[in-house]
Amino acid sequence: MSSTHSSSLGRDAWLRLRANKMAMASLFLLAAVALISLLGPLLCSYSYDQQNLDRVFQSPDTTHLFGTDNLGRDLFARTTYGGRISLAVGLLATLVSLVIGVTYGMLSGYCGGRLDAWMMRLVDVLYSLPFIIFVILLMVLFGRNFLLLFLAIGAVEWLTMARITRAQTINLKNAEFIEAARALGYSHLRILFHHLLPNLIGPIIIYATLTVPAVMLLESVLSFLGLGVQAPMSSWGSLIKEGAEKMDAAPWLLFFPGMFFCLTLFALNFLGDGLRDALDPKSSKD
Amino acid sequence: MRKLIISRVLQAVPTLWVIATLTFFMTRYAPGGPFDSERAIPEEIKIKLQSHFGLDRPLFDQYLLYLKNLLQGDLGPSFKYPEWEVSELIATAFPVSLTLGLLSLLIALMVGIPAGMIAALRKNSWVDYLPMSLSMAGICLPTFVLGPLLIYALSTQLGMFPPLGWYGPADWVLPSLTLGLFYAAYIARLTRAGMLETLQQDYVRTARAKGATSWRILTKHAARGGLLPVVTFLGPAFAGLITGSFVIESIFFIPGLGKFFVTAAFNRDYTMVLGTVLFYASLIILLNLLVDLLQAWLDPKARQEK
Amino acid sequence: MLASFLFCASQSMQIFYPLIQHFRFLAIGAFLLVALGCSQPSNVEKALEEKILHFGLGAEPQHLDPHLSTSVAAHNILSALLEGLVSEDPKSLKPLPGMAKSWEISEDAKTYTFTLRQNGRWSNGDPVTAHDFAYSFRRILNPNLGSQYASMLYPLKNASSYHQGHKAWEEAEVGVAVLDDFTLQLTLENPVPYFLQLLNHYSWFPVHRPTIEKHGAYEKIGTAWTKPQNFVGNGPFLLSGHQINSVIEVKKNDAYWDADAVQLKGIRFYPIEATFTEERAYRSGFLHLTQSVSADRIDFLKEKYPDDLHFEPYLGTYFYRFNLKAPPFDDQRVRQAFCLAVDRERLVDKVLKGGQLPATSFTPPGTGGFSPTPRFRYDPDSAKKLLQSYLQEKGLDRLPPIELTYNTSEGHKKVAEALHGMWKDTLGVEIRLLNMEWKVFLSSVAKGEFTLARAGWIGDYVDPHTFLHMWRSGEGLNMTGWTNNLYDGALQRAEMAGSEEERWANFQTCEELLAEEVPILPLYFYVHLTLRHPTVKGWHPTLLDHHPYKYVYLEKEDSP
Repeated sequence: MSSTHSSSLGRDAWLRLRANKMAMASLFLLAAVALISLLGPLLCSYSYDQQNLDRVFQSPDTTHLFGTDNLGRDLFARTTYGGRISLAVGLLATLVSLVIGVTYGMLSGYCGGRLDAWMMRLVDVLYSLPFIIFVILLMVLFGRNFLLLFLAIGAVEWLTMARITRAQTINLKNAEFIEAARALGYSHLRILFHHLLPNLIGPIIIYATLTVPAVMLLESVLSFLGLGVQAPMSSWGSLIKEGAEKMDAAPWLLFFPGMFFCLTLFALNFLGDGLRDALDPKSSKD
Repeated sequence: MRKLIISRVLQAVPTLWVIATLTFFMTRYAPGGPFDSERAIPEEIKIKLQSHFGLDRPLFDQYLLYLKNLLQGDLGPSFKYPEWEVSELIATAFPVSLTLGLLSLLIALMVGIPAGMIAALRKNSWVDYLPMSLSMAGICLPTFVLGPLLIYALSTQLGMFPPLGWYGPADWVLPSLTLGLFYAAYIARLTRAGMLETLQQDYVRTARAKGATSWRILTKHAARGGLLPVVTFLGPAFAGLITGSFVIESIFFIPGLGKFFVTAAFNRDYTMVLGTVLFYASLIILLNLLVDLLQAWLDPKARQEK
Repeated sequence: MLASFLFCASQSMQIFYPLIQHFRFLAIGAFLLVALGCSQPSNVEKALEEKILHFGLGAEPQHLDPHLSTSVAAHNILSALLEGLVSEDPKSLKPLPGMAKSWEISEDAKTYTFTLRQNGRWSNGDPVTAHDFAYSFRRILNPNLGSQYASMLYPLKNASSYHQGHKAWEEAEVGVAVLDDFTLQLTLENPVPYFLQLLNHYSWFPVHRPTIEKHGAYEKIGTAWTKPQNFVGNGPFLLSGHQINSVIEVKKNDAYWDADAVQLKGIRFYPIEATFTEERAYRSGFLHLTQSVSADRIDFLKEKYPDDLHFEPYLGTYFYRFNLKAPPFDDQRVRQAFCLAVDRERLVDKVLKGGQLPATSFTPPGTGGFSPTPRFRYDPDSAKKLLQSYLQEKGLDRLPPIELTYNTSEGHKKVAEALHGMWKDTLGVEIRLLNMEWKVFLSSVAKGEFTLARAGWIGDYVDPHTFLHMWRSGEGLNMTGWTNNLYDGALQRAEMAGSEEERWANFQTCEELLAEEVPILPLYFYVHLTLRHPTVKGWHPTLLDHHPYKYVYLEKEDSP
């Protein structure tokens, strides 16, 4: 019964999404950006860390599509490289926060009672913890590892994911189909993952899509502090920071990575909105 | 409501204790002490410095001593700037961040709420798309880009405002504008979403059916419910403004608490870090309480239940 | 918050009156903003009237106590608030009378007798006497105080044994004697040719005894005596305000013995750390002087502000430390290979562009008259050969990736990235760049947790000793793990030498040993890059970047 029910819901959602022009445009834009970032090395003959001290601060021309930076490195190469890094951080951190947050929220909401109260109290405490210190500490204890970067960011974002999941779980906990499942004698675990989770997918996807840009912004702030990726690697965040400082002398340094970054965030947000409109049964076109 | 306040206060104590403990051990465990310097201090002197700050005692003793001082309201001297007490530093820096936060919030609300409201009322028209696109742009542009852009335009080129500092009212404009516009974007979107939802509620439909004008619907019936998501956002937003203002304070050279805090973390200034963390945590708890109270007052359903 | 919220809610209600009303509200707001902004003259413009110097300090000083300070920022402020036995010539840094109006040096150059001027005053009117100096020297050497610069006073006889806690003050018979209220006699362990220069360092500055004792600061760190309301100094300026991380303000001290010569009415120091922000401040007329300039901006600034950009020789060496305690840098050949593979000329011309000089020795040439033979050079072929021989011996194809550690800064990053490129090209070595924030960096280096680390050293006084003493075996500043008895011997002979020739010869030996065994990789000699407004006069480039404020004044640009 539940399978046919959800597939028609899914199809409805997909149709709604397709009708949303902004959302579809965003989807294509994201795909384009991702493609360019991945194919970067193929499209460009320079490597991201290849210096040419005789050609520093060149404005865009035929040899350097986006111009060069302060060490003569090709900006197109660095932007696409930065794209790979920023997108990877965004996706992986969101994944981490998703896994932790959803599990935590489901458990908390489902079990209820004192366990729920204590679990949420922990979340409150963690919310009050200074994020910066936590990340600095992690970066410092385990070395400046790129992998660690998204772990650290993801480990902070899971809090909100947990809260949302918990709220939804509480809503659904007493729904009829759950009660039916319990009456049928299914184990709690099965109920959680087979019955509850599929119905949470909607909000999870929406929130995940909206978390990615938040994570990417966070990464850019870390780069601003000097805690992001190590030189000579670049992320959009670090490129933008450098570009912002030199914008009067070399505006292309800000413009290109900035465009990529903002457009990507733009697209993700619109997509998230679109998904929300598509998947949320309560919304209706006035 | 009284019950809510009391229960929150009771909750606050163990929360703060946990935060103090966690932060204490985290900062001590991180490598790099407050007395590492390029001059390579001879061991004897390092020992002197450490004993002045009580760092030569066993970690647990230090912890107990710290808690004891805390209960007496003594946050200790800053490790990095021993001639200043932590409480002194917080007392100097917090009003700055508070002013910045309040001004930014004011701008954010004054720009965001109207924008969101108009957009909601005229959904899917250009009046909707334009502000919403602008606000989307606002969300996607980091403050450390918006800031320098504004500075470049309004300060370096046009010479209208000072480029940095926090010495007089003229200095308040650019930083608050940068931070405020950023948050205005979020608030506009939230307002719009909240208004849209409220506008579909039965009681609003009823008012419309009864013949109330748009404006009257907006203010009398919808505003309270519609602004609910904004209010929910206000608490963390304000806390975020104050704690996360580091970027703005860096760019504009403002002696606010955000900058102090991050610098202290980098400097392993243990006392300053602990003092600021506890201060922030208490602030956030207080704000959350205020926001919950405000929410309860605003939400028609909740009031009816009472 | 509630009030502002209600205010906003009520404001937003007005939208639905004709939109014009809305615009009117915004228009009023915008007008106010503009009015607030437009009418401000810049600091630099106002300063011609006010005679206040706006100085970019670069960092917040950790202490304003001269016996506890360690930084350049501290020096900049303390030299306004205090004066030592001698002061310095604004152009040559030659010692001039300060609190001491004259002095006599004994035949064996080990005894200095200073006659203090009678009209030296503290800012509260108390006279400055020889007792003040004796008290101050005793204070900084007091082991319980934990001063990090106490070793600056070690040239004094028996000072080190007192400071290291072996003996009490009376027992130790430290070479400080008060002959009468205005006569002070200092006896040294060995003749020190640069001794008078040393006296300009803030570690030798006096402190006001009653103030120190009132705040219990004799042996205690972190008391309130340095707060503006308590600070008593004998220098040309008074501490009138201190807002941490915002501004430090000093005003002219009328009690100063030479107050008539001081033309500035005050100085405001701004501890702006970010170079870019400082530059922005300068360009808006907020600052007269910046502490530094970002290398990336040099071309741009040369074009737009050619008269303001200054490149001044500065006594310092930028170098990398090798860690000799672990492979591969435990092998001399690898160190030499890395050293020979660096094209310093290119680094200086293309990356730094500030007119820095490639480092061909560790001590900058001409330091106090000493010119080390240039020994560090660029030779990629030899570099490759040396590395080859090492690899063959060890049976390796290539070196494992090497970690290069530096403290977070745009400048250091740029240099590191450039070298990364050079070593990759010439030696085929993969370099991993690791930037750490300052505290963690210092700690790691001090503990020997590094392979290759960035470093810099600014001379405390104009003599090769300040550079070469770092590499003595077991010296705290060494940190490379390098020990060499020949080096220690040469250094000691230089310290005890009777003639300049003997000193120079031994210093040359030291440099030779450094070039041979390469425990460190000198890269370039510093140039002090700064933006300075043309209205600032009486400010001269000096090797130690010392600028006595009493000679500084502000005047319109086009005055003759």
